Amino acid sequence: MRIEELLNHTGEWLRGTGPSAHIVMSSRVRLARNLQAWTFPGKSGKKDLEAILKAFEEVVNRLSALKGSTLFQMTELDQVDRQLLVERHLMSHEHASNPEGKGLLVTAEEVVSIMVNEEDHLRIQVMRSGLNLSEAWDIINAIDDALAHELAFAFLPSWGFLTACPTNTGTAMRGSVMMHLPALVMTKQINKVLAAISKLSFASRGFYGEGTQASGNFYQISNQVALGHSELDIIQNINGLIRQVIEQEEQARQALALQNKPMLEDKVCRSFGLLKTARIISSQEAIELFSMVRLGLDMGILKHVDHKALNELFIMIQPAHLQKIEGKKLNAFERDTKRAAVIRQKLGGRDV
Amino acid sequence: MTCDICGKKKATVHLTEIVDEQMSEMHLCEECARQKSTQMEQQFGLADLLAGLSDTSKAPASKEGEKNTLKCPRCGLAYEDFRKFGRLGCGECYTSFKEHLTGLLRKIHGSNQYLGKTPSGYQQNQMAALPEGTIALLPSENLSGLKQQLHAAIAAEDFEKAAQIRDKIRNMEKNQ
Repeated sequence: MRIEELLNHTGEWLRGTGPSAHIVMSSRVRLARNLQAWTFPGKSGKKDLEAILKAFEEVVNRLSALKGSTLFQMTELDQVDRQLLVERHLMSHEHASNPEGKGLLVTAEEVVSIMVNEEDHLRIQVMRSGLNLSEAWDIINAIDDALAHELAFAFLPSWGFLTACPTNTGTAMRGSVMMHLPALVMTKQINKVLAAISKLSFASRGFYGEGTQASGNFYQISNQVALGHSELDIIQNINGLIRQVIEQEEQARQALALQNKPMLEDKVCRSFGLLKTARIISSQEAIELFSMVRLGLDMGILKHVDHKALNELFIMIQPAHLQKIEGKKLNAFERDTKRAAVIRQKLGGRDV
Repeated sequence: MTCDICGKKKATVHLTEIVDEQMSEMHLCEECARQKSTQMEQQFGLADLLAGLSDTSKAPASKEGEKNTLKCPRCGLAYEDFRKFGRLGCGECYTSFKEHLTGLLRKIHGSNQYLGKTPSGYQQNQMAALPEGTIALLPSENLSGLKQQLHAAIAAEDFEKAAQIRDKIRNMEKNQ
Protein backbone atom coordinates (compact mmCIF):
# COMPACT_ATOMS: atom_id res chain seq x y z
CA MET A 1 0.00 0.00 0.00
CA ARG A 2 1.26 3.46 -0.88
CA ILE A 3 0.49 6.56 1.16
CA GLU A 4 -1.56 8.01 -1.72
CA GLU A 5 -3.91 5.01 -1.61
CA LEU A 6 -4.94 6.01 1.88
CA LEU A 7 -6.53 9.13 0.44
CA ASN A 8 -9.22 7.17 -1.43
CA HIS A 9 -10.96 6.15 1.76
CA THR A 10 -10.79 6.61 5.53
CA GLY A 11 -10.40 4.08 8.32
CA GLU A 12 -13.11 1.49 8.81
CA TRP A 13 -13.58 2.87 12.34
CA LEU A 14 -15.12 6.05 10.89
CA ARG A 15 -18.08 4.26 9.32
CA GLY A 16 -20.38 5.87 11.90
CA THR A 17 -22.28 2.79 13.04
CA GLY A 18 -21.99 0.43 16.00
CA PRO A 19 -23.18 0.49 19.62
CA SER A 20 -24.15 3.99 20.82
CA ALA A 21 -22.76 5.53 17.62
CA HIS A 22 -25.06 8.54 18.14
CA ILE A 23 -22.77 9.66 20.96
CA VAL A 24 -19.65 7.50 20.72
CA MET A 25 -17.68 8.06 17.54
CA SER A 26 -15.00 5.43 18.06
CA SER A 27 -13.23 3.15 20.54
CA ARG A 28 -9.52 2.47 20.70
CA VAL A 29 -7.35 0.06 22.67
CA ARG A 30 -3.58 0.30 22.70
CA LEU A 31 -0.87 -1.87 24.21
CA ALA A 32 2.76 -0.94 24.82
CA ARG A 33 5.31 -3.74 24.47
CA ASN A 34 9.09 -3.86 24.67
CA LEU A 35 11.44 -6.55 23.42
CA GLN A 36 13.57 -7.83 26.23
CA ALA A 37 16.62 -8.33 24.04
CA TRP A 38 17.07 -4.58 23.53
CA THR A 39 17.15 -1.43 25.65
CA PHE A 40 14.11 0.85 25.19
CA PRO A 41 14.14 3.10 22.07
CA GLY A 42 15.15 6.18 24.07
CA LYS A 43 18.31 4.36 25.16
CA SER A 44 19.05 2.67 21.82
CA GLY A 45 21.30 4.00 19.08
CA LYS A 46 20.45 4.22 15.39
CA LYS A 47 21.93 0.78 14.61
CA ASP A 48 19.90 -0.89 17.35
CA LEU A 49 16.69 0.83 16.30
CA GLU A 50 17.20 -0.38 12.75
CA ALA A 51 17.88 -3.91 14.00
CA ILE A 52 14.68 -3.84 16.06
CA LEU A 53 12.67 -2.65 13.05
CA LYS A 54 14.21 -5.40 10.93
CA ALA A 55 13.47 -8.08 13.54
CA PHE A 56 9.87 -6.86 13.75
CA GLU A 57 9.50 -6.90 9.97
CA GLU A 58 10.66 -10.51 9.78
CA VAL A 59 8.17 -11.56 12.45
CA VAL A 60 5.30 -9.70 10.77
CA ASN A 61 5.99 -11.48 7.47
CA ARG A 62 5.44 -14.80 9.24
CA LEU A 63 2.23 -13.85 11.07
CA SER A 64 -1.12 -14.63 9.47
CA ALA A 65 -2.81 -12.26 11.97
CA LEU A 66 -1.15 -9.28 10.24
CA LYS A 67 -1.44 -10.48 6.65
CA GLY A 68 -1.97 -7.77 4.05
CA SER A 69 -0.52 -5.03 6.22
CA THR A 70 2.05 -2.43 5.18
CA LEU A 71 5.13 -1.45 7.13
CA PHE A 72 6.15 2.15 6.46
CA GLN A 73 9.74 3.15 7.23
CA MET A 74 9.52 6.67 8.62
CA THR A 75 12.80 7.77 7.03
CA GLU A 76 11.39 6.98 3.58
CA LEU A 77 8.43 9.33 4.03
CA ASP A 78 8.50 13.10 3.75
CA GLN A 79 7.13 15.38 6.42
CA VAL A 80 3.66 15.78 4.86
CA ASP A 81 3.28 12.00 4.47
CA ARG A 82 4.19 11.45 8.10
CA GLN A 83 1.77 14.19 9.14
CA LEU A 84 -0.93 12.45 7.09
CA LEU A 85 -0.48 9.28 9.16
CA VAL A 86 -0.78 11.34 12.36
CA GLU A 87 -3.96 13.00 11.09
CA ARG A 88 -5.49 9.58 10.45
CA HIS A 89 -4.93 8.68 14.13
CA LEU A 90 -2.54 5.93 13.08
CA MET A 91 0.44 7.31 14.99
CA SER A 92 1.57 10.05 17.38
CA HIS A 93 3.06 13.50 16.69
CA GLU A 94 6.19 12.32 18.46
CA HIS A 95 6.54 9.45 15.96
CA ALA A 96 6.44 11.87 13.03
CA SER A 97 8.86 14.45 14.40
CA ASN A 98 11.97 12.29 14.69
CA PRO A 99 11.83 9.57 11.99
CA GLU A 100 15.15 7.81 12.50
CA GLY A 101 14.78 4.05 13.05
CA LYS A 102 11.01 4.33 13.35
CA GLY A 103 8.33 2.34 11.52
CA LEU A 104 4.55 2.11 11.29
CA LEU A 105 2.58 -0.98 10.41
CA VAL A 106 -0.98 -0.45 9.13
CA THR A 107 -3.51 -3.13 8.20
CA ALA A 108 -5.69 -2.83 5.11
CA GLU A 109 -8.73 -1.14 6.67
CA GLU A 110 -6.69 0.78 9.25
CA VAL A 111 -8.20 -1.27 12.07
CA VAL A 112 -4.76 -2.15 13.45
CA SER A 113 -1.64 -0.03 13.53
CA ILE A 114 1.68 -0.66 15.25
CA MET A 115 4.24 2.06 15.91
CA VAL A 116 7.75 0.63 16.05
CA ASN A 117 10.35 2.44 18.16
CA GLU A 118 8.23 5.23 19.50
CA GLU A 119 8.63 5.59 23.28
CA ASP A 120 8.36 1.80 23.54
CA HIS A 121 9.47 -0.77 20.95
CA LEU A 122 5.89 -1.56 19.98
CA ARG A 123 2.73 0.49 20.41
CA ILE A 124 -0.13 -1.61 19.09
CA GLN A 125 -3.54 -0.01 18.58
CA VAL A 126 -6.93 -1.22 17.40
CA MET A 127 -9.73 1.18 16.44
CA ARG A 128 -13.45 0.31 16.19
CA SER A 129 -16.53 2.30 15.31
CA GLY A 130 -18.98 3.15 18.13
CA LEU A 131 -18.67 1.94 21.73
CA ASN A 132 -16.84 -1.29 21.09
CA LEU A 133 -13.86 -1.64 23.43
CA SER A 134 -14.49 -5.34 24.02
CA GLU A 135 -14.20 -6.15 20.34
CA ALA A 136 -11.09 -3.97 20.07
CA TRP A 137 -9.63 -5.86 23.03
CA ASP A 138 -10.35 -9.26 21.44
CA ILE A 139 -8.55 -8.21 18.27
CA ILE A 140 -5.56 -6.67 20.00
CA ASN A 141 -5.27 -9.55 22.47
CA ALA A 142 -4.99 -12.04 19.60
CA ILE A 143 -2.33 -9.93 17.86
CA ASP A 144 -0.41 -9.56 21.11
CA ASP A 145 -0.50 -13.35 21.64
CA ALA A 146 0.71 -13.96 18.11
CA LEU A 147 3.59 -11.49 18.52
CA ALA A 148 4.52 -12.91 21.94
CA HIS A 149 5.05 -16.32 20.33
CA GLU A 150 7.76 -14.83 18.16
CA LEU A 151 9.23 -12.07 20.34
CA ALA A 152 10.16 -12.21 24.02
CA PHE A 153 8.59 -9.19 25.72
CA ALA A 154 10.09 -7.38 28.72
CA PHE A 155 7.82 -8.67 31.47
CA LEU A 156 7.93 -9.36 35.20
CA PRO A 157 5.24 -11.49 36.84
CA SER A 158 5.07 -9.00 39.71
CA TRP A 159 4.78 -5.80 37.64
CA GLY A 160 3.58 -6.97 34.24
CA PHE A 161 4.77 -5.40 31.00
CA LEU A 162 7.75 -3.10 31.44
CA THR A 163 7.51 0.24 29.65
CA ALA A 164 9.67 3.33 29.31
CA CYS A 165 7.19 5.46 31.24
CA PRO A 166 6.05 4.11 34.63
CA THR A 167 2.53 5.43 34.03
CA ASN A 168 2.09 2.52 31.58
CA THR A 169 3.78 -0.22 33.61
CA GLY A 170 1.52 -3.22 34.19
CA THR A 171 -1.11 -4.01 31.59
CA ALA A 172 0.47 -1.21 29.47
CA MET A 173 -3.05 -0.91 28.07
CA ARG A 174 -5.03 2.21 27.42
CA GLY A 175 -8.65 2.06 26.35
CA SER A 176 -10.13 5.28 25.05
CA VAL A 177 -13.45 6.35 23.67
CA MET A 178 -14.18 9.39 21.48
CA MET A 179 -17.45 10.97 22.61
CA HIS A 180 -19.56 13.70 21.08
CA LEU A 181 -21.16 15.69 23.92
CA PRO A 182 -22.73 18.84 22.45
CA ALA A 183 -25.80 18.87 24.68
CA LEU A 184 -23.72 18.63 27.87
CA VAL A 185 -21.67 21.58 26.59
CA MET A 186 -24.73 23.63 25.60
CA THR A 187 -26.44 23.01 28.94
CA LYS A 188 -23.16 23.93 30.70
CA GLN A 189 -22.86 20.62 32.51
CA ILE A 190 -19.71 19.45 30.78
CA ASN A 191 -17.22 20.74 33.38
CA LYS A 192 -19.08 18.92 36.12
CA VAL A 193 -18.94 15.70 34.09
CA LEU A 194 -15.25 16.09 33.24
CA ALA A 195 -14.38 16.85 36.87
CA ALA A 196 -16.14 13.65 37.95
CA ILE A 197 -14.26 11.71 35.28
CA SER A 198 -10.87 12.94 36.45
CA LYS A 199 -11.71 12.10 40.06
CA LEU A 200 -12.21 8.49 38.94
CA SER A 201 -8.69 8.34 37.45
CA PHE A 202 -9.81 8.73 33.87
CA ALA A 203 -8.41 11.36 31.55
CA SER A 204 -10.19 13.47 28.95
CA ARG A 205 -8.56 14.99 25.86
CA GLY A 206 -9.49 16.65 22.59
CA PHE A 207 -10.24 14.96 19.26
CA TYR A 208 -6.70 15.24 18.03
CA GLY A 209 -5.12 13.39 20.95
CA GLU A 210 -2.68 14.04 23.74
CA GLY A 211 -2.04 17.69 24.47
CA THR A 212 -4.88 19.01 22.32
CA GLN A 213 -7.85 20.87 23.67
CA ALA A 214 -11.34 19.61 23.18
CA SER A 215 -12.93 21.19 20.15
CA GLY A 216 -16.31 20.88 18.50
CA ASN A 217 -17.68 19.17 21.60
CA PHE A 218 -15.55 16.07 21.10
CA TYR A 219 -13.93 14.48 24.13
CA GLN A 220 -11.68 11.47 24.32
CA ILE A 221 -11.97 9.60 27.60
CA SER A 222 -9.44 6.99 28.68
CA ASN A 223 -8.22 4.97 31.67
CA GLN A 224 -5.13 6.04 33.59
CA VAL A 225 -4.17 3.05 35.70
CA ALA A 226 -2.43 -0.12 34.54
CA LEU A 227 -1.84 -1.96 37.83
CA GLY A 228 -4.34 -3.39 40.28
CA HIS A 229 -6.82 -4.41 37.59
CA SER A 230 -6.89 -6.94 34.76
CA GLU A 231 -7.34 -5.74 31.18
CA LEU A 232 -10.96 -6.88 31.07
CA ASP A 233 -11.63 -5.18 34.42
CA ILE A 234 -10.28 -1.91 33.08
CA ILE A 235 -12.41 -2.20 29.94
CA GLN A 236 -15.52 -2.92 32.00
CA ASN A 237 -14.77 0.09 34.18
CA ILE A 238 -14.45 2.36 31.15
CA ASN A 239 -17.64 0.92 29.66
CA GLY A 240 -19.50 1.55 32.91
CA LEU A 241 -18.33 5.14 33.03
CA ILE A 242 -19.04 5.78 29.35
CA ARG A 243 -22.59 4.42 29.71
CA GLN A 244 -23.24 6.94 32.46
CA VAL A 245 -21.91 9.80 30.36
CA ILE A 246 -24.07 8.61 27.41
CA GLU A 247 -27.11 8.69 29.67
CA GLN A 248 -26.31 12.23 30.83
CA GLU A 249 -25.82 13.42 27.24
CA GLU A 250 -29.12 11.80 26.19
CA GLN A 251 -30.96 13.54 29.02
CA ALA A 252 -29.38 16.87 28.11
CA ARG A 253 -30.43 16.37 24.45
CA GLN A 254 -34.01 15.72 25.53
CA ALA A 255 -33.94 18.80 27.72
CA LEU A 256 -32.68 20.92 24.81
CA ALA A 257 -35.44 19.63 22.53
CA LEU A 258 -38.09 20.34 25.15
CA GLN A 259 -36.82 23.80 26.06
CA ASN A 260 -36.55 25.35 22.67
CA LYS A 261 -36.76 23.07 19.68
CA PRO A 262 -37.04 25.82 17.03
CA MET A 263 -33.83 27.43 18.29
CA LEU A 264 -31.98 24.10 18.17
CA GLU A 265 -33.29 23.40 14.67
CA ASP A 266 -32.22 26.82 13.55
CA LYS A 267 -28.70 26.32 14.90
CA VAL A 268 -28.37 22.91 13.23
CA CYS A 269 -29.72 24.02 9.87
CA ARG A 270 -27.67 27.23 9.78
CA SER A 271 -24.55 25.18 10.49
CA PHE A 272 -25.38 22.86 7.60
CA GLY A 273 -26.01 25.83 5.35
CA LEU A 274 -22.66 27.39 6.23
CA LEU A 275 -20.78 24.18 5.53
CA LYS A 276 -22.48 23.80 2.14
CA THR A 277 -21.75 27.34 1.00
CA ALA A 278 -18.64 28.68 2.77
CA ARG A 279 -15.62 29.59 0.62
CA ILE A 280 -13.05 30.04 3.42
CA ILE A 281 -13.18 28.04 6.62
CA SER A 282 -10.75 27.31 9.49
CA SER A 283 -10.57 23.82 10.94
CA GLN A 284 -11.83 25.11 14.28
CA GLU A 285 -14.97 26.58 12.70
CA ALA A 286 -15.49 23.50 10.54
CA ILE A 287 -15.35 21.15 13.51
CA GLU A 288 -17.80 23.26 15.49
CA LEU A 289 -20.24 23.21 12.55
CA PHE A 290 -19.74 19.45 12.02
CA SER A 291 -20.67 18.99 15.65
CA MET A 292 -24.00 20.79 15.14
CA VAL A 293 -24.80 18.87 11.95
CA ARG A 294 -23.95 15.62 13.66
CA LEU A 295 -26.24 16.51 16.56
CA GLY A 296 -28.99 17.39 14.06
CA LEU A 297 -28.62 14.00 12.39
CA ASP A 298 -28.64 12.10 15.67
CA MET A 299 -31.75 13.96 16.86
CA GLY A 300 -33.62 13.51 13.59
CA ILE A 301 -33.56 17.23 12.71
CA LEU A 302 -31.54 16.54 9.54
CA LYS A 303 -32.22 13.42 7.53
CA HIS A 304 -30.39 13.50 4.26
CA VAL A 305 -26.79 13.76 5.38
CA ASP A 306 -24.45 10.81 5.11
CA HIS A 307 -23.06 10.02 8.59
CA LYS A 308 -19.99 8.40 7.11
CA ALA A 309 -19.23 11.37 4.86
CA LEU A 310 -19.43 13.64 7.88
CA ASN A 311 -17.06 11.42 9.88
CA GLU A 312 -14.61 11.28 6.99
CA LEU A 313 -14.51 15.05 6.83
CA PHE A 314 -13.02 15.18 10.33
CA ILE A 315 -9.94 13.50 8.90
CA MET A 316 -9.90 15.10 5.44
CA ILE A 317 -9.98 18.75 6.53
CA GLN A 318 -6.60 18.55 8.29
CA PRO A 319 -3.55 20.26 6.74
CA ALA A 320 -1.61 17.26 5.40
CA HIS A 321 -4.75 15.71 3.89
CA LEU A 322 -5.69 18.95 2.14
CA GLN A 323 -2.16 19.26 0.76
CA LYS A 324 -2.12 15.65 -0.47
CA ILE A 325 -5.52 16.08 -2.13
CA GLU A 326 -4.32 19.28 -3.82
CA GLY A 327 -0.97 17.71 -4.66
CA LYS A 328 1.15 20.61 -3.44
CA LYS A 329 2.12 22.63 -0.39
CA LEU A 330 -0.56 25.09 0.79
CA ASN A 331 -0.22 28.03 3.18
CA ALA A 332 -2.77 28.66 5.94
CA PHE A 333 -5.03 30.78 3.74
CA GLU A 334 -4.91 28.35 0.82
CA ARG A 335 -5.75 25.53 3.21
CA ASP A 336 -8.83 27.39 4.49
CA THR A 337 -10.01 27.77 0.89
CA LYS A 338 -9.28 24.18 -0.05
CA ARG A 339 -10.96 22.98 3.15
CA ALA A 340 -14.16 24.83 2.28
CA ALA A 341 -14.10 23.29 -1.23
CA VAL A 342 -13.61 19.74 0.10
CA ILE A 343 -16.49 20.19 2.55
CA ARG A 344 -18.85 21.62 -0.10
CA GLN A 345 -18.11 18.73 -2.40
CA LYS A 346 -18.50 16.06 0.26
CA LEU A 347 -21.77 17.44 1.65
CA GLY A 348 -23.27 17.97 -1.79
CA GLY A 349 -23.29 21.74 -1.60
CA ARG A 350 -24.07 23.31 -4.96
CA ASP A 351 -21.87 26.04 -6.24
CA VAL A 352 -24.38 28.87 -6.00
CA MET B 1 -7.18 37.85 13.60
CA THR B 2 -3.52 38.51 14.39
CA CYS B 3 -1.35 36.65 16.85
CA ASP B 4 -1.68 37.74 20.51
CA ILE B 5 2.05 37.41 21.11
CA CYS B 6 3.85 38.84 18.09
CA GLY B 7 0.89 40.89 16.84
CA LYS B 8 2.10 40.43 13.26
CA LYS B 9 1.26 37.07 11.79
CA LYS B 10 -2.18 35.56 11.37
CA ALA B 11 -3.41 33.55 14.35
CA THR B 12 -4.08 29.96 13.32
CA VAL B 13 -3.79 28.23 16.71
CA HIS B 14 -6.39 28.86 19.37
CA LEU B 15 -5.55 27.96 22.92
CA THR B 16 -7.93 27.82 25.85
CA GLU B 17 -6.36 27.84 29.30
CA ILE B 18 -8.29 27.03 32.43
CA VAL B 19 -6.67 28.17 35.66
CA ASP B 20 -8.74 27.92 38.84
CA GLU B 21 -11.91 27.62 36.75
CA GLN B 22 -11.07 30.93 35.03
CA MET B 23 -11.05 30.43 31.30
CA SER B 24 -8.88 32.55 29.03
CA GLU B 25 -8.36 32.31 25.29
CA MET B 26 -5.22 32.97 23.28
CA HIS B 27 -4.89 33.25 19.54
CA LEU B 28 -1.43 32.52 18.23
CA CYS B 29 0.43 32.18 14.95
CA GLU B 30 2.11 28.85 14.24
CA GLU B 31 5.54 30.07 15.28
CA CYS B 32 4.53 31.61 18.62
CA ALA B 33 2.34 28.58 19.36
CA ARG B 34 5.32 26.30 18.95
CA GLN B 35 7.34 28.41 21.39
CA LYS B 36 4.48 28.51 23.84
CA SER B 37 4.08 24.75 23.75
CA THR B 38 7.78 24.22 24.49
CA GLN B 39 7.42 26.57 27.43
CA MET B 40 4.40 24.71 28.71
CA GLU B 41 6.13 21.38 28.41
CA GLN B 42 9.00 22.75 30.44
CA GLN B 43 6.64 24.00 33.08
CA PHE B 44 4.37 21.02 33.35
CA GLY B 45 6.43 18.14 32.01
CA LEU B 46 5.59 14.66 33.11
CA ALA B 47 9.14 14.40 34.37
CA ASP B 48 8.50 17.02 37.03
CA LEU B 49 5.31 15.36 38.01
CA LEU B 50 7.07 12.05 38.38
CA ALA B 51 9.94 13.64 40.23
CA GLY B 52 7.43 15.19 42.61
CA LEU B 53 5.80 11.84 43.15
CA SER B 54 8.99 9.96 43.84
CA ASP B 55 10.15 12.66 46.24
CA THR B 56 7.19 12.14 48.46
CA SER B 57 7.12 8.39 48.02
CA LYS B 58 8.82 6.54 50.79
CA ALA B 59 11.57 5.13 48.70
CA PRO B 60 13.84 3.70 51.36
CA ALA B 61 15.98 6.69 52.01
CA SER B 62 19.35 5.77 50.75
CA LYS B 63 21.77 8.49 51.75
CA GLU B 64 21.94 11.38 49.33
CA GLY B 65 25.29 10.36 47.84
CA GLU B 66 24.04 6.84 47.30
CA LYS B 67 20.99 7.98 45.37
CA ASN B 68 23.08 10.05 43.00
CA THR B 69 25.24 7.18 41.92
CA LEU B 70 22.57 4.50 41.50
CA LYS B 71 22.79 3.27 37.92
CA CYS B 72 21.22 0.51 35.87
CA PRO B 73 24.02 -1.92 35.00
CA ARG B 74 22.48 -2.89 31.69
CA CYS B 75 21.64 0.39 29.96
CA GLY B 76 23.66 2.76 32.12
CA LEU B 77 20.70 5.00 33.02
CA ALA B 78 21.37 6.90 36.25
CA TYR B 79 18.47 7.05 38.68
CA GLU B 80 18.93 10.82 38.80
CA ASP B 81 18.27 10.98 35.05
CA PHE B 82 15.11 8.96 35.45
CA ARG B 83 13.98 11.50 38.03
CA LYS B 84 14.73 14.33 35.63
CA PHE B 85 13.22 12.92 32.45
CA GLY B 86 10.68 10.41 33.72
CA ARG B 87 11.68 7.61 31.34
CA LEU B 88 13.34 4.29 32.11
CA GLY B 89 16.03 2.91 29.81
CA CYS B 90 15.41 -0.85 29.69
CA GLY B 91 13.53 -3.71 31.32
CA GLU B 92 16.30 -4.21 33.81
CA CYS B 93 15.91 -0.65 35.18
CA TYR B 94 12.85 -2.03 36.95
CA THR B 95 15.07 -4.34 39.00
CA SER B 96 17.92 -1.88 39.37
CA PHE B 97 15.62 0.81 40.77
CA LYS B 98 13.14 -1.55 42.36
CA GLU B 99 13.22 0.05 45.80
CA HIS B 100 12.36 3.45 44.37
CA LEU B 101 9.85 2.26 41.81
CA THR B 102 7.75 0.25 44.25
CA GLY B 103 6.45 3.40 45.95
CA LEU B 104 6.23 5.37 42.73
CA LEU B 105 4.12 2.76 40.92
CA ARG B 106 1.77 2.58 43.85
CA LYS B 107 1.37 6.36 43.78
CA ILE B 108 0.68 6.41 40.05
CA HIS B 109 -1.68 3.45 39.81
CA GLY B 110 -3.09 3.25 43.33
CA SER B 111 -1.76 -0.30 43.51
CA ASN B 112 1.38 -2.16 42.61
CA GLN B 113 -0.17 -5.53 42.14
CA TYR B 114 -0.16 -6.85 38.58
CA LEU B 115 -3.38 -8.60 37.58
CA GLY B 116 -3.13 -8.59 33.80
CA LYS B 117 -2.23 -11.23 31.24
CA THR B 118 0.99 -13.21 31.02
CA PRO B 119 2.55 -13.19 27.53
CA SER B 120 1.96 -16.45 25.70
CA GLY B 121 5.01 -18.67 25.93
CA TYR B 122 6.51 -16.45 28.64
CA GLN B 123 8.49 -19.23 30.35
CA GLN B 124 9.76 -21.04 27.28
CA ASN B 125 11.14 -18.29 25.15
CA GLN B 126 12.53 -16.22 27.99
CA MET B 127 16.09 -17.09 27.02
CA ALA B 128 15.70 -18.45 23.53
CA ALA B 129 14.97 -15.14 21.85
CA LEU B 130 18.09 -13.45 23.15
CA PRO B 131 20.71 -12.80 20.51
CA GLU B 132 24.21 -13.91 21.36
CA GLY B 133 26.16 -11.59 23.57
CA THR B 134 23.22 -9.79 25.18
CA ILE B 135 22.77 -9.94 28.90
CA ALA B 136 19.95 -12.17 30.06
CA LEU B 137 17.06 -9.96 30.95
CA LEU B 138 15.26 -11.93 33.59
CA PRO B 139 16.57 -9.63 36.30
CA SER B 140 16.37 -12.10 39.15
CA GLU B 141 18.69 -14.39 37.20
CA ASN B 142 21.17 -11.71 36.30
CA LEU B 143 24.29 -11.36 38.41
CA SER B 144 24.93 -7.67 37.89
CA GLY B 145 21.26 -6.93 38.49
CA LEU B 146 21.38 -8.85 41.74
CA LYS B 147 24.50 -7.03 42.87
CA GLN B 148 22.80 -3.73 42.20
CA GLN B 149 19.81 -4.90 44.22
CA LEU B 150 22.17 -5.89 47.00
CA HIS B 151 23.64 -2.39 47.11
CA ALA B 152 20.20 -0.87 47.13
CA ALA B 153 19.07 -3.14 49.97
CA ILE B 154 22.16 -2.30 52.02
CA ALA B 155 21.72 1.39 51.37
CA ALA B 156 18.13 1.02 52.51
CA GLU B 157 19.33 -0.85 55.61
CA ASP B 158 17.06 -3.74 54.71
CA PHE B 159 19.54 -6.34 55.94
CA GLU B 160 17.16 -9.27 55.88
CA LYS B 161 16.60 -8.76 52.19
CA ALA B 162 20.27 -8.05 51.59
CA ALA B 163 21.13 -11.41 53.12
CA GLN B 164 18.68 -13.19 50.80
CA ILE B 165 20.15 -11.49 47.76
CA ARG B 166 23.70 -12.25 48.95
CA ASP B 167 22.81 -15.94 49.14
CA LYS B 168 21.35 -15.85 45.64
CA ILE B 169 24.54 -14.26 44.32
CA ARG B 170 26.71 -16.88 46.07
CA ASN B 171 24.63 -19.67 44.58
CA MET B 172 24.88 -18.18 41.14
CA GLU B 173 28.62 -17.68 41.36
CA LYS B 174 29.07 -21.24 42.56
CA ASN B 175 27.18 -22.53 39.52
CA GLN B 176 29.22 -20.57 37.03
